[in-house]
Amino acid sequence: MDYETLKLVWWLLVGVLLIGFAVMDGHDMGVGALLPFVGRNDVERRVVINTVAPHWDGNQVWFITAGGAIFAAWPLVYATAFSGFYWAMMAVLWALFFRPVGFDYRSKLQNPTWRNTWDWGLFIGGAVPPIIFGVAFGNLLLGVPFQFDDTLRSTYTGTFWQLLNPFALLSGVVSLSMIVFQGANFLMLRTEGDISRRAKTASLIFGAVTFVTFALAGLWVMNGIEGYAITSHIDPNALPDPLDKTVIREAGAWMHNYALYSWAKWVPLTAFIAIAAGMLAARMNRPGAAFIASSVACGGIIATAGVSMFPFVMPSSLDPRSSLTVWDSVSSQMTLGLMLGATVIFMPLIIFYTSWAYKVMRGKVTVEYIKAHDKSVY
Amino acid sequence: MISTELVDLSRLQFAVTALYHFLFVPLTLGMTFLLVTMELTYLVTAREIYKDMVKFWGKLFGINFALGVTTGITMEFQFGTNWAYYSHYVGDIFGAPLAIEGLMAFFLESTFIGLFFFGWDKLGKWKHFMVTVLMAVGSNLSALWILIANGWMQNPVGSDFSFVSMRMEMANFWTIVFNPVAQAKFVHTVSAGYLTASLFVLGISSYYLLKGRDLDFARRSFRVAAGFGFASALSVIVLGDESGYTVGEAQQTKLAAIEAMWHTEPAPASLVAFALPNEETRRNDYEIRIPYVLGLIGTRSLTGTIPGISEIKERNRQRIIDGVLAVKALEALRRDKHDEAALKVFNEHKADLGFGLLLKKYTADVSTATPEMIQQAVDSTVPKVAPMFFGFRVMVALGFGMLALFSLALLYSIKGNFMEKKWLLRWALLFIPAPWIAAELGWVVAEYGRQPWTIYGVLPTHLSVSNLTPSNIYGSLAGFVAFYTLLLVIEMYLMVKYARQGPSSLGTGKYHGEAAYAQGAR
Repeated sequence: MDYETLKLVWWLLVGVLLIGFAVMDGHDMGVGALLPFVGRNDVERRVVINTVAPHWDGNQVWFITAGGAIFAAWPLVYATAFSGFYWAMMAVLWALFFRPVGFDYRSKLQNPTWRNTWDWGLFIGGAVPPIIFGVAFGNLLLGVPFQFDDTLRSTYTGTFWQLLNPFALLSGVVSLSMIVFQGANFLMLRTEGDISRRAKTASLIFGAVTFVTFALAGLWVMNGIEGYAITSHIDPNALPDPLDKTVIREAGAWMHNYALYSWAKWVPLTAFIAIAAGMLAARMNRPGAAFIASSVACGGIIATAGVSMFPFVMPSSLDPRSSLTVWDSVSSQMTLGLMLGATVIFMPLIIFYTSWAYKVMRGKVTVEYIKAHDKSVY
Repeated sequence: MISTELVDLSRLQFAVTALYHFLFVPLTLGMTFLLVTMELTYLVTAREIYKDMVKFWGKLFGINFALGVTTGITMEFQFGTNWAYYSHYVGDIFGAPLAIEGLMAFFLESTFIGLFFFGWDKLGKWKHFMVTVLMAVGSNLSALWILIANGWMQNPVGSDFSFVSMRMEMANFWTIVFNPVAQAKFVHTVSAGYLTASLFVLGISSYYLLKGRDLDFARRSFRVAAGFGFASALSVIVLGDESGYTVGEAQQTKLAAIEAMWHTEPAPASLVAFALPNEETRRNDYEIRIPYVLGLIGTRSLTGTIPGISEIKERNRQRIIDGVLAVKALEALRRDKHDEAALKVFNEHKADLGFGLLLKKYTADVSTATPEMIQQAVDSTVPKVAPMFFGFRVMVALGFGMLALFSLALLYSIKGNFMEKKWLLRWALLFIPAPWIAAELGWVVAEYGRQPWTIYGVLPTHLSVSNLTPSNIYGSLAGFVAFYTLLLVIEMYLMVKYARQGPSSLGTGKYHGEAAYAQGAR
């Protein structure tokens, strides 16, 4: 496969991994974010936690693998984004600390203060990462203040607080509500009675919030944000050197792809339709359909960001020429080819055994189940 | 210029988080296979007690595993957050095994660990056993890919530098996978994990035996651990010997420091059993030598020589001087990719590029380096001897101590009278920390021993850091220390609580304390 195709394939694959993360880890993060609100007493909260107990760990690997794949396929993006967004990444990391220990340790002691503390820990672990990922995506759309020197060492000149600008915060709300919507639909599917009813309410609320904020963010991008465009000739088959191009900022540049490709508008439209369908399904008490719809919505929303920015991945507001694109932030042809091979072999296997694991653990988690397995479940 | 304070702090944070992560990894690696062994015994004998063993030891394994996962994410983030230039410079090679680890191993382990804990009632016996096996295979494959990545840092094979993309690029994937350093490290590390888990089970079982409770449960656990541990201890020592240290220059440099071998000796070299190395005078103030042994172990021959510190340094001096030419030529090529003259010089001295980059610690323009700077760079190419020398010896001593313990444990298991050997049971209990201490020291010897490089001979540690300010790292380091201390306290509390409670924590009603508890409750 030629280098240009591989570069495009890896743009798609990183998108697939991020969507996989939002769909899979997203639903258990959403469940975590809802935990203190939909579970009103200890046994109810145990029901909520045990809907995801057998799966959260496997789901979290979507996140780990997305990180590893970005490291392998887009090393400059991995290096520049993780070091530039230093405190944001630390916040994600520390929030994630609460999940493994929260899930595993919470029910190992009877003390109510202990259990309540971990419930809020699981809330942090479920709510903070999606907010920060949303904020990070918002900042990618705005451009990030970094530049490379001759040896491709990056310097980031912004601060943590600059990340929290109004547009990025709106993106954070889109991301959080999308994940909570996803989690609520899953919870509705796997519980019954009061918990399921509360999850349904959450699904309708957060579905609506996702719809509105995603629309607002879209209008903002159309009218209020300068995008980026490459002005020099790019050889997609060349060895990557990000400094070997010229880039300008211009209003409306993030809409270019929609003008260029007629299919592109279907990406955000799919997201809107899927959110609406998900809410409708939840309202009609069809949680399975709602979960599928909100999964599609996750895909549509993430793909919208990708399609709008293409070929940019991480534009630089400080020195637009340093911007990272799918053409010049990538690994060598050999590494991309090898990683593609590994993905083609293992991804179907992962999907196969993950589906099997869900099939084995299928069915509603009930209060009776928790009481019968008091010593062995979370 | 990059501040030395920033580099030192970044290294400190990495060391703290890696050593901490490695408190949980070995037990996971070994425990999964011990659980496989116990569950297989359950399937073959159909005795319920073996199922209880899998569940109880699995509970303790789960408490440990939670922190392994927690602290593992830090490791993956940290290359990007704190070692950005490293990530750019070698991501083309180093990123691949990490991503493959996720795809091939970590997904497998993490998906099946959920079914291991929650699938008992939902799966048939053999299906559950298959789940346990896949979890164990996943965790060990995970170690394989991580150590392939780490092995490449020690012995960077199968790769080449590109001045266009300004980084190392993969040239041959299979050379990287079958890097002998990586393979030796993998076998040594997983064996150490099996040893750790065996001693954990052996020690806690001994505690029950000493207390005279849950005797049947403890006896069976003790036997499984004794057999498994004996094989592991042998494997750790035999496969972890110094033969692995003759491959590649990084390993040779480590070996010279480990052995406090200031000068090359005529073959076969003698082994320094004990010494007081003196960094200033570059000799040992006191030493006990065993003739021929090192040469025999290290080179597996009577004629192979092992280079000493002085000789290694002199070799490196020339490489630093040649490396300056490579650095200057690279700088010219970065200004003009078509500079033919620079390209010619660069290709001639490319192999020494990393050595030239060592001078960047002392001066921005390496061609202006003074003889003092070159001397400093030369001296920095061999790590300090004392921490290597003593770290290695304590690790080896603990290794032999564990081998002795497991030999006796196995011997008396076969004889069937280990329950009466109180001294053996006490030894096993008190020795529980030994594998952890040995493993942490092993990390120090391997990774501190690689200094001043992140990738030996290719990229100096000094250049690998992210462009952050020291105050950033003080902040994040303080955060890690606070979180990790708290988590360790919680983990140890739960671990000790559940270990003391023993199999009664399963609530089956069959074990020590349960009948009494039930009567009291009524």
